[in-house]
Amino acid sequence: MLLAKIKEALSSLYENIQETEETPDADAAAAVEAEDTAVASAAEEVQAEETAPEQEESKPEEVAEPEEPAPPPGPKETDYKAKGYHLDVDLPPEKLPEAAEILLREDFFIESITGVDWIDDEQLEAVYDFNHFDELCRVVLRTRTDRENPAIPTISHIYQGANWHERETHDFFGIKFIDHPNLEPLLLPEDADFHPLLKDFKA
Amino acid sequence: MNGLLQQDVNKETFTINLGPQHPATHGVLRVKLVMDGEYIVEAEPVLGYIHRMHEKMGENRTWAKFLPNCGRMDYLSAMSYNHGYVAAVERAAAIEVPERAEYLRVITVEMNRISSHLLWFGAFVLDLGGFTPLLYAFDDRELILDLLESVTGSRLTYCYFRFGGVYNDIDDAFIAGTREFIKRQRKRMPMYDALVTKNIILIKRLKEIGHISKDMAIRYGATGPVARGSGINYDVRKNEPYSVYPEFDFDVPVYEEGDSMARYMVRMDEIEQSMRIIEQALDKLPEGEIKPKKAIKLVKPEKGDYYHAVEAARGSFGVRLVSDGKNQAYRLKLRSPTYSNLSLYGEATKGMLLPDALALMGSLDLVIPEIDR
Repeated sequence: MLLAKIKEALSSLYENIQETEETPDADAAAAVEAEDTAVASAAEEVQAEETAPEQEESKPEEVAEPEEPAPPPGPKETDYKAKGYHLDVDLPPEKLPEAAEILLREDFFIESITGVDWIDDEQLEAVYDFNHFDELCRVVLRTRTDRENPAIPTISHIYQGANWHERETHDFFGIKFIDHPNLEPLLLPEDADFHPLLKDFKA
Repeated sequence: MNGLLQQDVNKETFTINLGPQHPATHGVLRVKLVMDGEYIVEAEPVLGYIHRMHEKMGENRTWAKFLPNCGRMDYLSAMSYNHGYVAAVERAAAIEVPERAEYLRVITVEMNRISSHLLWFGAFVLDLGGFTPLLYAFDDRELILDLLESVTGSRLTYCYFRFGGVYNDIDDAFIAGTREFIKRQRKRMPMYDALVTKNIILIKRLKEIGHISKDMAIRYGATGPVARGSGINYDVRKNEPYSVYPEFDFDVPVYEEGDSMARYMVRMDEIEQSMRIIEQALDKLPEGEIKPKKAIKLVKPEKGDYYHAVEAARGSFGVRLVSDGKNQAYRLKLRSPTYSNLSLYGEATKGMLLPDALALMGSLDLVIPEIDR
């Protein structure tokens, strides 16, 4: 009940994205296409093994094709028993404050904010966990930002509790939260200029 | 009060430091206070004095080797932290746990919860100036520590749970001792009620003071007894049932007032509820294995992220794992309850008298190593 309601509310955030980038129909077509290429490339893989080794040079390109990330089509329901959360929402950074406002309107409370360093993709991910006091419904907002110059708008004016979580994430990952009132080190020493949870951090 | 004293002539306010070494802060927590006479204009907790970067340690050792770290965050309810971590890894790697092991987990977690609440009770009343209840509470708590020591081998920083079970079975002496403890504790609680809860000095210090609203709990993510003292009926054991908790009949104490007294009452009532759970678990305790036949040394969860929360003594403790399919975590986020609970301190203490703010701090039940991690 709550899950369906919040899913619909959060879907509204994607309207502009879909209009500019891809229509839902094109999305579905892309999914079918991806499936086809997956089958095709699997067949090719078998072929490549059987035939001469010079064909292997072209193989990586073809295999990589189906893995190309499709634009986020909207909030995804997940298998709660396996994952531990209900709704997975992948957003562009600028949509985060709007999403937080929607969640606050429905009385969701903030569990935590954290980061993940995807060093191979040269990206940093910020993960926001929300839950509800009355009805179990865990919502995860996630967004990715450039690893060299990571910046995400703050939600600390909406959820005051985000203030500390964002400061902690800034401490550990160096993600700059735009318009945060006080992005001083919280858990690290006040003069810390290092970010220990980055994968290339060496003590 | 230690720390510096600065006089700002224009505003007629001054800044004082509460801590980092102060008996009322229960560890190295510093609070920067801007005061107008005896009233607080602004309170800003300063954290990190015992920050140890447990989350990085989680990334550079195997899943199993992180187990001892869990007991070293919240050293007063270490068992819940063990439970949160093993449950998260078990969810990620789809490890089955024998029923008897889950029962043993619940029994030990609930005993740990009672010992944690008893220590909080003693220390809280000590903050308010009453010395004697601390001695009574430690007297009771000692019995629990002895019982848990006989099973787990440690008195405080337990590392009793393993992936897929627990490492040691309980014996008849433990069961008899636990039943004896509950019988004794049920006689002690009315004494605490008469000695402390109905004490006019305590009531004057706590009632209608230190108000935390439901709205504030939502915006700051307060959980546990802090939320339940503000009229929020939220307990992970009920709202997001895990382990074998659905098999037990227990109540979640909720108080609507939102003041320090409400948080006090929630914890005092929870002691009785935990005893009810332990009694039922001992009655129903099934026979069987307590761990997998072959110890699980290699854990390789599938790629992806996983979340698992448990109800620790101070609120919702969550573990967020990101796995890249290896025998160690790619990312391990530990969501500690008091970190969120303390973050509302600045807003809640605005305009409050300093002694009342200290009572409010005590009612939050802070454990600093768990905040700093």
